[in-house]
Amino acid sequence: MFYREAGDFSTTYAQDSQTFPIRFDRYRYYAVMALAFLVVPFVINDYWANAILLPFLIYAIAAIGLNILTGYCGQVSLGTGGFMAVGAYACYKLMTAFPEVNILFHVILAGGVTALVGVLFGLPSLRIKGFYLAVATLAAQFFLVWLFNRVPWFYNYSASGQINAPERTVFGIEVTGPNTEAWATYLFCLVFCAGSAIIARNLTRGTLGRTWMAIRDMDIAAEIIGVNPLRAKLSAFAISSFFVGLSGALFFAVYLGAVEVGEVFGINKSFLVLFMIIIGGLGSIFGAFAGAAFLVVLPVVLKLVGVDMMGWATDIVAHFQFIIIGLMIVAFLILEPHGLAQLSRLAKEKMRLWPFPH
Amino acid sequence: MLDQTDGYTTADGRKIGGVVMEMKNITLRFGGVTAIEDISFDIREGEIRAIIGPNGAGKSSMLNVVSGFYIPQEGEVWFRGSPRPPMRPFEVARQGIARTFQNIALFEGMTVLDNVMTGRLTHMNTGVIAQALWKGKAEAEETANREIAEKVIDFLEIQHIRKTPVARLPYGLKKRVELARALAAEPKLLLLDEPMAGMNVEEKEDMCRFILDVNDEFGTTIALIEHDMGVVMDLSDRVVVMDYGKKIGDGTPDEVRANQQVIDAYLGVSHD
Repeated sequence: MFYREAGDFSTTYAQDSQTFPIRFDRYRYYAVMALAFLVVPFVINDYWANAILLPFLIYAIAAIGLNILTGYCGQVSLGTGGFMAVGAYACYKLMTAFPEVNILFHVILAGGVTALVGVLFGLPSLRIKGFYLAVATLAAQFFLVWLFNRVPWFYNYSASGQINAPERTVFGIEVTGPNTEAWATYLFCLVFCAGSAIIARNLTRGTLGRTWMAIRDMDIAAEIIGVNPLRAKLSAFAISSFFVGLSGALFFAVYLGAVEVGEVFGINKSFLVLFMIIIGGLGSIFGAFAGAAFLVVLPVVLKLVGVDMMGWATDIVAHFQFIIIGLMIVAFLILEPHGLAQLSRLAKEKMRLWPFPH
Repeated sequence: MLDQTDGYTTADGRKIGGVVMEMKNITLRFGGVTAIEDISFDIREGEIRAIIGPNGAGKSSMLNVVSGFYIPQEGEVWFRGSPRPPMRPFEVARQGIARTFQNIALFEGMTVLDNVMTGRLTHMNTGVIAQALWKGKAEAEETANREIAEKVIDFLEIQHIRKTPVARLPYGLKKRVELARALAAEPKLLLLDEPMAGMNVEEKEDMCRFILDVNDEFGTTIALIEHDMGVVMDLSDRVVVMDYGKKIGDGTPDEVRANQQVIDAYLGVSHD
């Protein structure tokens, strides 16, 4: 009824392998992009930007990154927080060392640095799998946070041990520092987020994505048809870490402005991003967005309902949040391991036939 | 020493070419267990070569030696006229050897089409950047390889399940998808590990037809392991018989059938 592919025929293989082969989906995608780029910047205010939109966009990039590694390539990682910290510190060092270079390049280069670090910590994945790999990446998480805390070179020997984002502009408009406008920071993050999503989608529907999924589903069979496991796993670590590094750089430079590494990029951050892709859907780019949206919006909604409407104490509402997230994780793992993305796929299939049952 | 150009003509009139792969005195041990002992045989271009034997005879180990999972302690594997250095399975695949598994080894989370497309991986080589941008070289390569994959899908008559996740398919179709994935690689040598295991008569007939068609239309050299004697005797041009890791017979199906050692291995000998 609402969602039909009737009359939609692919006549070439290129048409068939595009991201949205169904016309309705494609138009909806254009509409969302138009809304995000052309409407939201004009109506946005500081509250919306800081409470919902910026964290959503930035976490979505991190979730896309982790989803490539865990959802597509099957390598569990608990080091996301650590890799975000690498992105943040790389961005900080670049911003302070080369103030004349545009921040766009700093953020991208920070992703590149994180990719290299990710490959380094991905090396154990060639020998160990599953649970043991998760513990190895956990070691990376703790080591990286310790490194950024203990080596003063990383925070430019500042007395507080914090890093602060200096003011930087893109086309003359400030995107970092204390005097930014909501729409500017929003657009800056949106460009990175949309770019990341498109690149991730292109990679995962092509040769590289199939290589990763082959390794995930059955590594022996993957090797027998010519997948080099070393290259497949390390490329997943590199590209995943690149996106995670981007998000770390944006989280520090654009969203927070000042970072104390243990607080911001601790193990909690790793778990938060992991929860996002579990709830959103492993092995799906849309899932990364759905999970990020859910976990960013949930605390805001709970606060609105609990504190503002019901008048409960803030700490009780915060505890509710933990309980709800915990229950959701358990429920999704048992009932729908492919998360919100799979639920939306099922809803679509139902909608194709609605109102008829068959 | 076998002559590389020497061939023969089968009973049904197909020309069989020179030696593609030759196993020379292969011995494979796992600790104290000798799985394969001093076995030599060859596989010739365009033929269907069967490896048979009772359970535990070392047939699958032999196939694993060919495809690079096991490195034999002694002996050499010759491929297309030169000895092959010890190599990893993915390097073997790049030489043009594809295989299927006794227990289906498909990528369960992917669609049939994606599974078949993974078979094309050895033929695809655009860089990461081009793939990330998709337009241009990556898209052209994807389309070109998709065409070949679709031909294989057509050939094996699995068009209707193209976009279905493999996990949802019944056993017989999964076996066919696995064959499709191996064929998509356009292999020079195709190894089939019990392609008919666990199938009913109809599915077996289908699979036999596909194997003969593959051999006939693409001229693919095929080596297969199978337990169904009727199938083996009908399909294959030459048969190697193994028992307890040793070769006890080698020749045309009729020769093998008449071999006393083979009869003993299958039917048992009285010890009186």
